[in-house]
Amino acid sequence: MILSDEEFPKKTEVLVIGGGVNGCSIAYQLAKRGINVTLCEKDFICAGATGRCGAGIRQQWSTVENARLAIESVKIFEKLGRELHADIGLRQGGYLIMVHDSNELKNAEKNVEMQHSLGLNVDILESDKINDIVPILDVKGIGAIAATFCPTDGHADPFKTTFAYAKAALRYGARIFTHTEVKNIKVDKGRIKSVVTSRGEIKPEIVVNAAGAWSRKIAEIIGVRLPNKPVRKEIIVTERLEPIFEAMVISFKDGLYFSQQIEGQILGGIPSPAEKPGYYTMPTFEFIQHMSRTLTRYAPVLKNVNIVRHWTGYYDVTPDARPILGEVEGVKGFLQCNGFSGHGFMLSPMVTKTLVDYIVDRKTSDILESLSIKRFKEGKLVKETSVVG
Amino acid sequence: MVNKSREIKIICRCEDVSEDEIIEAIREGFTDFEELRRKLRIGMGPCQGRTCFNLVRRILIRELGLKNKDIKLPTSRPPIVPTPLGVFCSKEREGDNNDSKR
Repeated sequence: MILSDEEFPKKTEVLVIGGGVNGCSIAYQLAKRGINVTLCEKDFICAGATGRCGAGIRQQWSTVENARLAIESVKIFEKLGRELHADIGLRQGGYLIMVHDSNELKNAEKNVEMQHSLGLNVDILESDKINDIVPILDVKGIGAIAATFCPTDGHADPFKTTFAYAKAALRYGARIFTHTEVKNIKVDKGRIKSVVTSRGEIKPEIVVNAAGAWSRKIAEIIGVRLPNKPVRKEIIVTERLEPIFEAMVISFKDGLYFSQQIEGQILGGIPSPAEKPGYYTMPTFEFIQHMSRTLTRYAPVLKNVNIVRHWTGYYDVTPDARPILGEVEGVKGFLQCNGFSGHGFMLSPMVTKTLVDYIVDRKTSDILESLSIKRFKEGKLVKETSVVG
Repeated sequence: MVNKSREIKIICRCEDVSEDEIIEAIREGFTDFEELRRKLRIGMGPCQGRTCFNLVRRILIRELGLKNKDIKLPTSRPPIVPTPLGVFCSKEREGDNNDSKR
């Protein structure tokens, strides 16, 4: 348990709810900028989606906002280890996105054009080039006619990254309390008056709701309705193998993603046929069967490789698969940092920087505008379609 | 810190983690079994903690002055033993286009 030795404080400028990568990053940046910040996590650091995720970092998106957030995030990830004085396990082996038919090819061309306009180095590869990047793929068998590849996409270690943020936050004077659950939030005249936790009551000026799949429940306490739904997602990981490939392979058609980790395991996921919204934690046999069938169709050579572990975690899914950031109507100083729909880890560096700039400098931005919760009321939804898992 | 003058005791054989590394992490503040697992990858290998979890539990008891009942072992996850991907594919694999049966 990474925990401040201090007594639970009665006051704080900013209270962050949630000890995942986003909460810890916000606590670190605020503390570094001299803000009095307290973080409460109901379980332990990385207990939720961060510690259960596929750990990929992708810049190839269909919406401009996600692409911009991801491109800026990668720039921050590239310097983060040095900044935090810790190894974050960053490896830029690229993302290889399979294109199966002419319709997908049209979408890929459109997305790549948008990504090029943002300065991203990404290419459309002919099918005969696919095995140069991932030799074990059965290109013909899966009917791939092309692929897109961005060499600066990759992977970082979510545990190392989040622990590094948390420790750096503590060094700058943030207070982090694990095993501390938010029980109640008291509002007075449209402002948060105090937050009651299992460790005591605290008066914050600003509250950041970075509670992942539980964000909706936190908001519900004070009558703020978030459209987020928790969806159980599952992952398998195999025994360690010799290094074979470095890229993350994904397919929007099959919803599949898999990669080989630095230590050698193959890790991947796919939407389960048994998927439904709700707080379910049990791994399903439907998933492991569907995943095994699909993965061995993509890479038949893996059929004799042992699965050692299968676990679940939540995507905090919004109707347009894009995060909800910033202020809400009705309660001032109640900021959202949730609804990542499976992309919270990879977008965290830029998302948290944007929110911290808003908290400290009152600096607003077009990203905050377009990802505000207002969009659901106004019905101006642009769905992010580049989603897997 | 690893003391080179004495023998290194390996606690997690799958992931090659020594007793000294575990003690160092506990002293650094990783006192939760689940956090230790995520930091050091203890119990993440082929045996899934069958060898090391009870050893780690004893180290936690000793280092933190806890009782056995205070320590919750990490969640057990399927499969029970490492199982080849091919085993889960069964007969339907031959039909190839399994996805339409979702």
